[in-house]
Amino acid sequence: MSRQRAGTWWFVGTLVFALAAMLVPLPGALEPFKPYWPALLLLYWALEAEDRVSLGLAFVVGLIADLLVGVVLGEQALRLCALVFIALHFRSRLRFFPMWQQTLAVLALLLNDRILLLIVRMLAGGSLPPPSWWLSPLVGAALWPFLFLLLDDLRTRARIQ
Amino acid sequence: MAHARDESSPLFAGNSAGTLRLIVYLALALVLMVLDQRNGWLWRVRYSAAMVVEPIYRLAGLPSAGVRTLSVAFADRQRLTVQNQRLREDLLLANAKLNRMAAVAEQNTRLKELLETRRSLHLKVQLARVIGVDMGAYRYRLTLNAGARDGVRPGQPVIDAHGVLGQVREVLPTTSVVMLITDPTHALPVVIERSGLRTVAYGSRDGDTLTLPDIPLAADVRVGDHLLTSGLGGRFPPGFPVGEIRAMKPASSGMFLEARAEPAADIDRTDDVLLLHDLAEPQGPPAPVVRMGPPADLAPTAGAASSGNVSPAPTPAPGSAPSAPADGGAGVRP
Repeated sequence: MSRQRAGTWWFVGTLVFALAAMLVPLPGALEPFKPYWPALLLLYWALEAEDRVSLGLAFVVGLIADLLVGVVLGEQALRLCALVFIALHFRSRLRFFPMWQQTLAVLALLLNDRILLLIVRMLAGGSLPPPSWWLSPLVGAALWPFLFLLLDDLRTRARIQ
Repeated sequence: MAHARDESSPLFAGNSAGTLRLIVYLALALVLMVLDQRNGWLWRVRYSAAMVVEPIYRLAGLPSAGVRTLSVAFADRQRLTVQNQRLREDLLLANAKLNRMAAVAEQNTRLKELLETRRSLHLKVQLARVIGVDMGAYRYRLTLNAGARDGVRPGQPVIDAHGVLGQVREVLPTTSVVMLITDPTHALPVVIERSGLRTVAYGSRDGDTLTLPDIPLAADVRVGDHLLTSGLGGRFPPGFPVGEIRAMKPASSGMFLEARAEPAADIDRTDDVLLLHDLAEPQGPPAPVVRMGPPADLAPTAGAASSGNVSPAPTPAPGSAPSAPADGGAGVRP
């Protein structure tokens, strides 16, 4: 009972961490390297605890992220919904991939996410982003194995579901 | 065999329903985006959600504040000494300039009082700190730690020690968001200091320069010219430094020159900013003049005052006898 509650708190805590990490500024030169944290954390939970992550949750997390960033309401909700849907759809395959294949899959998902974002911004009349804008998915994918192993390790140590 | 297990497993059972749900959610997100783009709801929702949003801003601002504190704590002595020295020199220079300016300002006030204009050179300002929060959207915004409760209103100009930084765009109860002058959707009426040419400076896509796309071909503009706010449009007060022209080239249409300028304000390194409180000019035509006639202190208001003003000249009082003959003498001698 309390273990389950601890698990829920841990789950919510990681998502709050992802939202805060999204807002933390980096020094100017490192800025394009910042990964899209909410997507990474949602992907992790979609693969590890399918019952917790649903499209509705992705939508709500996206709306909160939109509220925080304040660009357009619904933009990140759309992106995260699409991402979580694909992850849940291929979940059984992604889970049993070796790590390097999983990493490639995550890279593809994050690139897809950027393309979606680009389409939304273009439709809203934005301008084309600089080339360094495309670095973020690469960094996110490079971080993925470490993030995955770290979170898994913490979870097994704390023995929470 | 494998197929049968797949069909019975919960993972694939809800697949078609999942697709339907996805479509519903995507449609919902699209509708939200369109409505938000049209009506600007997001900021109203944000304003009411400020209780939740602002603590997260503070939380996200902690690392950069921590890094700042650490860099102060571990900065080596020599660097601090050099910085201190430089700041002292700057202060001295600024004070010297201020002293000179004070005399000019006083003279200006006197002249303006003579002309009976009510504009003064005194600026009502408010200091605000930048919260280190990354607002995405290619970094054209700053978040400040002052909001509606501190009297901040949308549209207020924001400056730093070197020049114009931007204007307040959105206000939450205790934070506000500043749109920088380098935002591609920002336009700022400027005047070129040397030649007095008026033009408009836009932000640019790469994020740290200004673009002046419509300078007439024959205009007298050179690299190195300083830009000041012109005060047109009524949002920014006139005379604040905006930037310096760094490059000129013919615009793609061939009809104009296009200049690139570097902002005077320290856009990347600003920690403290000033919010200007009185807007430059009231919008629209000037208010009708109510009171006509000479200035208040010269106008004859009461009978006693007028008699006091007039009487000494023709009939000097007995008490002022020593001065009266001198006046009379001066009048007689020529």
